[in-house]
Amino acid sequence: MLNKISAFFYRRPRLTLTLFLAPPLIWFLVVYIGSLITLLVNSFFYLDGFTGQVVRQFTMQTYAKLLQPTNLQIFQRTTIMAILVTLACVILAFPLSYYMARFASPRMKTWLYLAVTLPLWTSYVVRVYSWKLILAQEGIISWAARLVHLDGLLNWYLKNEIVGGPSLSVSPTGIFLVFVYIWLPYMIVPIQTALERVPKSLLEAAGDLGATPAQTFRTVLLPLTFPGVIAGSIFTFSLTLGDFIVPQLFGTSSFYIGKAVLTYQGTSNNIPLAAAFTMGPIVIMIVYLLIARKLGAFDAL
Amino acid sequence: MRSKPSEPSSARASWALKFGAFGALLFLHVPLWLIFLYSFTTDESAYSFPPPGLTLKWIPKALENSAMQDSLFLTLRVAVLATAVALVLGTLAAAAVYRFDFFGKDAVSFMLILPLALPGIVTGIAMRSAISLLHIPFSFWTIIIGHATFCVVVVYNNVVARMRRSSPSMIEASMDLGANSFQTFWHVVLPNLSSALLAGAILAFSLSFDEVIVTTFTAGNQQTLPIWIFSQMLKPRNRPITNVTAMLVVLITALPILYAQRIVSRASDSEGGSK
Repeated sequence: MLNKISAFFYRRPRLTLTLFLAPPLIWFLVVYIGSLITLLVNSFFYLDGFTGQVVRQFTMQTYAKLLQPTNLQIFQRTTIMAILVTLACVILAFPLSYYMARFASPRMKTWLYLAVTLPLWTSYVVRVYSWKLILAQEGIISWAARLVHLDGLLNWYLKNEIVGGPSLSVSPTGIFLVFVYIWLPYMIVPIQTALERVPKSLLEAAGDLGATPAQTFRTVLLPLTFPGVIAGSIFTFSLTLGDFIVPQLFGTSSFYIGKAVLTYQGTSNNIPLAAAFTMGPIVIMIVYLLIARKLGAFDAL
Repeated sequence: MRSKPSEPSSARASWALKFGAFGALLFLHVPLWLIFLYSFTTDESAYSFPPPGLTLKWIPKALENSAMQDSLFLTLRVAVLATAVALVLGTLAAAAVYRFDFFGKDAVSFMLILPLALPGIVTGIAMRSAISLLHIPFSFWTIIIGHATFCVVVVYNNVVARMRRSSPSMIEASMDLGANSFQTFWHVVLPNLSSALLAGAILAFSLSFDEVIVTTFTAGNQQTLPIWIFSQMLKPRNRPITNVTAMLVVLITALPILYAQRIVSRASDSEGGSK
């Protein structure tokens, strides 16, 4: 009996393929792509200001709202934050990745790899929580600042309107630090993978031909590992754009995209505006992914 | 003018490099150590450093806390069911992509990674708008649907990677020796995939166990553990218990992950050895 069924399917590969592919495909088309389409459709509806109900009629007025100065500012603020976080992650990730790829013994490398990826799999909320402890007014950073008599400098820094706030745990600097901390492993892994592929002989050749370490880095190492940097930046950039937890917990009253979406959807039930807002990161990320594919970033994943 | 004697053939890392590498490593790990430290602080109302004193009394108190327990069990149930769905869907997708050539193959793997590649808030708000459009009440099940969707890709990645590394000749040999597809699957394919499935399941489990962004949008009034911790951060009511819970969550997810890493690395080691 089983043999017959087996032979039946063996002779009909198309049918077997359909049986394999149908469940995941249907799940994703219905649950995921369907949801995304609903989101897109919703962004063309609008919220009636008087009744507080969503009016299901095609309109561009919700998108027009996005162009209001306050909302444009939210996009600008979030994008700048995402760029800064990405840059900081690249700068922090390079030395460690380079050390792992070039100098660590195989045993050491396994350990380092584990040390880098373990935080990635550790609870996101808990990792955010740890910074609540660190940045608190009575926390370790203030303590360390007092210890080396730099608390005056810290207070002066916090008075600055652009980067500061009442305390480090309620300031753009706080948001920035937490983002960098949370997304850093996403940057280290692809950069390290890309560095592993750079043949040692190329670096030696550059040195033999008289390049200084800085020149070797700029003209040989960086171009060759650039796809890895792009691959990592996809994560750091995208995750920063969409996050609402960190701005909610460490931010002043100023909005970021994620926080805006949550607020419009949650308190004012304005799903159309929330939907239109999320189109921002989607469009930015699709363009980013297409460019990344052109630059060969997916080979480094 | 050529290679200076002070820079030999880069056999050893410079101090600056070591400092940078070690610094990044500390930056990644010190915050987690602090969570462990704060679980034992006697300070109830603030996050003072250094802790005024150390105590063990919060651990039993946190374990007995009923709100924490409810959230923990809800989170475990969600994670188990979401992982089960992800295992089935991810393995089927991996088998289809590995075994067959079909139109839109790249699109399928692209679609599977999309829920992880797009910001979580997009998945969250999209699902919320779809669920409310269909007038489905937000519940335990809507959380699972959301979680399963982004867990599929980790199972898929693990399984498809294993399939690509194992040689098809094993399957051919089994068939040549007279086994039918089911026997071949049971005796050859499944044992070969088992550790990849286990690793994928552990990763999916911890992904679901930790998730907070999508859950915010797909949950009704259910509070998973991450959401409970998040609400405690917004309005700290019970700091010592939150500290202990945070430590607990780290332990629950980190230990299985360490195990999963070992499975994966052992599998690739043994393959490397046989070649």
